[in-house]
Amino acid sequence: MQKALYELNRDDSRQAAFRADPSAAVERYDLSAEEAAAIVHADIGLLYHLGVNGQILMHFAAFNGIAWQDYLQLMRDGVATHGPVREGIYALSGYEGTAEHSARLGQREGVQG
Amino acid sequence: MSLVFAGVCSHAPGITGRAELADPAVRDPFYAAYREMGEALRATSPDAVVIVAAEHFANFFMDKMPSFAIGMADHYEGPIEDPEWLRIERRRVPGDAALSKRMITEVMETVDVAYCEEWKFDHGIMVPLHFLTPELDVPVIPVNVNCQGPPLAPLHRAWALGEALRRGADELPERIALVGTGGISHWPATPDSGKINEEWDREFLARWCRNDRAALLDYDDATTYAVAGQGGFEIRTFLVVSAAAAGAPGTLRFYAPIPIFAVGCTVADYDLTSRAA
Repeated sequence: MQKALYELNRDDSRQAAFRADPSAAVERYDLSAEEAAAIVHADIGLLYHLGVNGQILMHFAAFNGIAWQDYLQLMRDGVATHGPVREGIYALSGYEGTAEHSARLGQREGVQG
Repeated sequence: MSLVFAGVCSHAPGITGRAELADPAVRDPFYAAYREMGEALRATSPDAVVIVAAEHFANFFMDKMPSFAIGMADHYEGPIEDPEWLRIERRRVPGDAALSKRMITEVMETVDVAYCEEWKFDHGIMVPLHFLTPELDVPVIPVNVNCQGPPLAPLHRAWALGEALRRGADELPERIALVGTGGISHWPATPDSGKINEEWDREFLARWCRNDRAALLDYDDATTYAVAGQGGFEIRTFLVVSAAAAGAPGTLRFYAPIPIFAVGCTVADYDLTSRAA
C-alpha cells in the first residue's frame, strides 16, 4: 500500500494513469480490497489508520487537492472512526488523539499546524 | 583543502508552502536568519555544499533502504513534490560527480554508504537551497541519513559518518561547506502536526552548541519517539555536522516554534576558526 503511493507520488506518468483510472492503476500491487478501496477513494483517514506514513500520505492528499488543515482533520477523523493506527511507525505507542497526547507529554494542547 | 562552513537548519515544507499562514512577527526573523546563514556560507567561497538531509520517501523506500547514501551526479532535480504545493519552482540543481566520487571514496574508508547517480530532491533539500543558495550556483553533494523507516542507524554511526565527511573534506583540495538539515522534536504530517516540544529542543540545541559528543549520543529512539515524535529521529543530521565540526563551538542564530511550519525553526552554525575545530 505504501509502495503504491510512494511510486505514485514520484512519477508524473503514474499520476496521469491514476487520474484516468484509479482502480486499474492499483491493480499491479498486492493489496487487500480494503487497501485498494482506500487508495482509489483517497480515504485519507483510513489510509492513516492502516499505517501509511504521513510523509507519503501528505503528498497523496495534496495530489487529491486536499488542503493542509483538512488533511490533518481527515487523519484525526480516521483514528476516531477506525481506531488507533494498525501498523507502521505510528503504531509504536498507539495514537490516543491530539489532546490526550499533549496531556501525556505535559505539553500544550497540540497546536494545529 | 578543508571544511569551510558547518551549519544546520530546518527544512519543513510549510516553511515555504504555508508561508502566509505563519505570524510574520516570528516568520520574518526566521527567514532573515536563514538567509544570513546563506550569506555566511557563500562568503566562504565553497566549491561544493554537502547537504546532509533526511529525505522523505522521495528516492529511498523500504524495498531497499540505505542507512546512508551520497549522491554522485553532475546534476539533480527538485522538488519532487508539486511545485505549487511547496512553492518552489522545479529546477535542475548542479552537482559534481567527480568530486562526489572522491568524497565517497574517502568516506568509505570507515563508513559504508550507498552511492546514487540519480536523485530527485524533495523539500528536505530544496527548502534549504531556497534560502542558502537561491541562485543554485554552488554544486551540491546530497547525503541522506535514513530517519524515516526504522531500523535506523544508531546515533554513533551518524557520528562516524560526520567524522568521515570531515576527513574527506580535509583530504580534498576543494573547499567544502557542510549543512545538516532536519527537525528536532516534531510530528510532521500526522494528526499531531504542529506539536513542538520546545523544552526538549532547547536542551538538544544546548548540547549541539557545546558540541558535547557524549551528551549528543545520549539519546535513544524509544524516548525520542515518545517525547519528540518520529520527527525527532532527524537529529541524526545535526549530529553528523557536530562530528564533522570536531569539537568546534556552535552558535544558535535562531530558534522559535512555528506550529504552522510543524517544527521548531532552527538556524545554527559552528565556528570552524576555533582552535577546537
